[in-house]
Amino acid sequence: MTGVVTLNPFSPQAAAISHLFIAILIILGGIFLLVTALVIVAIIRYRDRPDAPEARQVFGSHRLEIAWTVAPILLLALIAVFMIRAIEASDPPVGDEHPDIRVTGHQWWWEAQYPSSGALVANEIHIPVGKSLLVEVDSADVIHDFWVPELARKIDAIPGHVNHVWIRADRPGVYQGVCAEFCGAEHTWMRLIVVAEPQADFDAWQSAQLTNPPTPKEGMEARGLQLVKDQTCLNCHAISGLPGHKNIGPDLTHIAGRQILAGGAASNTPENLFRWLKDPASIKPESHMPNFQLSDDSVHALVAYMETLK
Amino acid sequence: MSDIAASDRIAELEANPERIGFLSWVASVDHKQIGIMYMLSALFFFGLGGLEALIIRAQLAMPGNHIVTPDTFNQLFSMHGTTMIFLVVMPVLAGLTAYVIPLMVGARDVAFPRLNAFSFWVQLFGGVLLYFSFVAGGAPNAGWFSYAPLSEPAYSFNNGVTYWILGLAGVGVGSLAGAINMAVTILKLRVPGMTIRRLPLFCWMTLVNSFLMIFALPVINAALVLLLADRLLNAHIFTPAFGGSAILWQHYFWGFGHPEVYIMILPAFAIISEVIPVFAGKPIYGYEFVAGSTVAIAFMSFAVWAHHMFAVGLGHLFDLFFGISTMAIAVPTGIKIFNWTATLYQGRLRFTTAMKFAVAFIVMFTIGGLSGVSFAVVPLDWQLTDTYYLVAHLHYVLFGGAIFAIFAGIYYWFPKMSGRMLDERVGNWHFWITFIGFNLTFLVQHLLGMMGMPRRVFTYPDWPWWMTLNMISTIGAFVLLISVIVFLWNIVSSLNHGEIAGDNPWDAWTLEWATSSPPPVENFDLVPPVHGRRPLWDLKHPERADELVAAAAGK
Ligand code: HEC
Ligand SMILES: [Cu+2]
Ligand SMILES: [Cu+2]
Repeated sequence: MTGVVTLNPFSPQAAAISHLFIAILIILGGIFLLVTALVIVAIIRYRDRPDAPEARQVFGSHRLEIAWTVAPILLLALIAVFMIRAIEASDPPVGDEHPDIRVTGHQWWWEAQYPSSGALVANEIHIPVGKSLLVEVDSADVIHDFWVPELARKIDAIPGHVNHVWIRADRPGVYQGVCAEFCGAEHTWMRLIVVAEPQADFDAWQSAQLTNPPTPKEGMEARGLQLVKDQTCLNCHAISGLPGHKNIGPDLTHIAGRQILAGGAASNTPENLFRWLKDPASIKPESHMPNFQLSDDSVHALVAYMETLK
Repeated sequence: MSDIAASDRIAELEANPERIGFLSWVASVDHKQIGIMYMLSALFFFGLGGLEALIIRAQLAMPGNHIVTPDTFNQLFSMHGTTMIFLVVMPVLAGLTAYVIPLMVGARDVAFPRLNAFSFWVQLFGGVLLYFSFVAGGAPNAGWFSYAPLSEPAYSFNNGVTYWILGLAGVGVGSLAGAINMAVTILKLRVPGMTIRRLPLFCWMTLVNSFLMIFALPVINAALVLLLADRLLNAHIFTPAFGGSAILWQHYFWGFGHPEVYIMILPAFAIISEVIPVFAGKPIYGYEFVAGSTVAIAFMSFAVWAHHMFAVGLGHLFDLFFGISTMAIAVPTGIKIFNWTATLYQGRLRFTTAMKFAVAFIVMFTIGGLSGVSFAVVPLDWQLTDTYYLVAHLHYVLFGGAIFAIFAGIYYWFPKMSGRMLDERVGNWHFWITFIGFNLTFLVQHLLGMMGMPRRVFTYPDWPWWMTLNMISTIGAFVLLISVIVFLWNIVSSLNHGEIAGDNPWDAWTLEWATSSPPPVENFDLVPPVHGRRPLWDLKHPERADELVAAAAGK
């Protein structure tokens, strides 16, 4: 979803922030109007004219100055009270809950693991509607920041420092997320989506993630599979059922079921997948995925195989 | 001195080329020449930093542009930020203070003239070293705050960050020496009669700012050495994979970085506190409050650094402490805004270009200050930090604030420095084009941030309104380009044909206006007596001298 996301919350915690935001915008807007009005009135009334009186040599007034010291203090105290009241609601405490999802930032994609089931996905997180989920956030390399503005605050993903954040979506939908901390060349394309769906759909999705897709026996698909084994793909990527384990590349076991490719740099269509495997730089110029200089035929075979990974 | 004497002075300079020749500048220890060189170097880097900004804005004008590669884009914004902060705003302010302070306190030069020259040259060397990185394999690409571990060799492949460290160390050492110099000058070289309570506010704030620099700059210099050890000696101080701490770098950096914001803005406050009273024709409203609140800001600025780190996840209590301390620092800042505004009332406002920039500063800086308060409110920061809302905020503080004040200062003191007036008609154009271009560029960025656009992205998805708002911002940036060209034109043409200024073209009150324009090498033939805060006012109105008025009011 797009629009003014910071004022368009879909979870209680995001709502707590957006309500606070509106209140503060009103207060700050009031102060701004006051100062601007004072300046404009002064400009109009006291601008130099031939008949204008000489400036009055006033040196100040302690009474007035104390007034405009104390008034902001009171106003800020009010804002501070708002803030203290909103802080727990905006970022509910973790307690000793176990995380429902473990998110790890990589240059430049997101890995997400569901510890209770073992499902492992990339750049696309599914959640059941109306349930609060605890997300544990950390990083495999540099500092990233996990931010889905409609559902929760942003939180840094820092190597060596585990963070937590509660997310929740009260309505089904696809919510845009993005890495908000500069993390190197392709920081721009380190997006993710959060798909909120009814519990039954979520359960179905999760069990699909846990089953291995069928191994193709013949045709283009089988050639593609052979290529994956022959090239070094499995040094960086995991596909469950094949040798190798997760490394610096996203898990590809269910790549065909995902909506976005390469951290949102392209939508996941067979054509884009072709472009990506032919020359990753044509989609995401500085990603860590190498160009294998494959022939069009081989790439077609790879795409055919990948499309079976539903 | 009379106008005729001043034009004699210009004629004399023109007749004695050895005083204006190349070597007389390079080898100079005269605070006026050093001040001018500082400002010229800042102008040069302003051109480079501005060019970088224009490429950035061109790339972002439309989604999916390919004007530069992602890595080049990252080098551009890293260099833009570093340049504008360390090679433009700091040096131009250093130059302005180096030029004006000795004159204002009635001294012949700064306390340590050779150290002054050293400050300038080492900071210029730092800047050149930083830009040399472009031809030595690539500029720094880890942002102006070079967060570890992205700035570590494992993730930053060129030598850019190493150049960044060395360049900043040069600037840091130069600024530190400059700060010591200014503090000693103000404390020790004032003419008799100029007590601390009679110090012009420009000097007051420079004094406070010097101490701020003396305490803040060593923090960054130390951190730079540690990062250099990481990069060259594999010290792993900031690499978590080897037992270091990435968060430690942030504490160091912002421990310096937040005071740094005030290091850039206090001198701007200082300029405004001279320009507004002079063109309002009345003394600053509440001298004590303005001076006192400056001291308060200086102290408090060391207790707010972690408001840059609310997204790090250091705990609610920690965040609340820094949120509240940050709100507290808004109070002394707000006092100043009200005191400047009150100075306008019952005045007789002469809207020279300097005054236009100064009054616009009040409003622009208020916007930046208020959006700053929204970052002090911890939960809002959790949404807004690292978005374009922040980019908008910092430019309202540093451009609408610092740069507007610097323009005010340049229009105000240019006659003193050159002996000629800047053209007011061209100045009027310069002001309005700057004002419009600036707001076009940055106002919409608040909204982009609220719509979720992160900072430091080289492109963005083609979503409703994103292109429109970015395009407006880009157009604004090019309007600013025009404004800079108008400004340069004004400087060049006024240097050649500007009206002769005379000693005191603005009818101002501080001592620098008591000598010729430009001042002689030794600054003053005779320093007027100082019995109050406005020595030249007292001279002109002996029957209404400030001290008499104060005595009559029974203070
Ligand atoms: C050197 C490690 C490496 C090797 C070898 C490698 N990849 Fe990748 N691959 C990556 C990385 C890293 C990404 C994530 C890129 C990004 O989004 O920035 C990626 C992304 C992908 C994606 C997109 C996944 C998604 O969800 O966006 C596909 C598909 C893919 N690789 C297929 C392959 C195939 C097929 C091979 C073998 C021919 C291969 N990769 C070899 C590192 C590698
Ligand atoms: Cu990032
Ligand atoms: Cu700060």
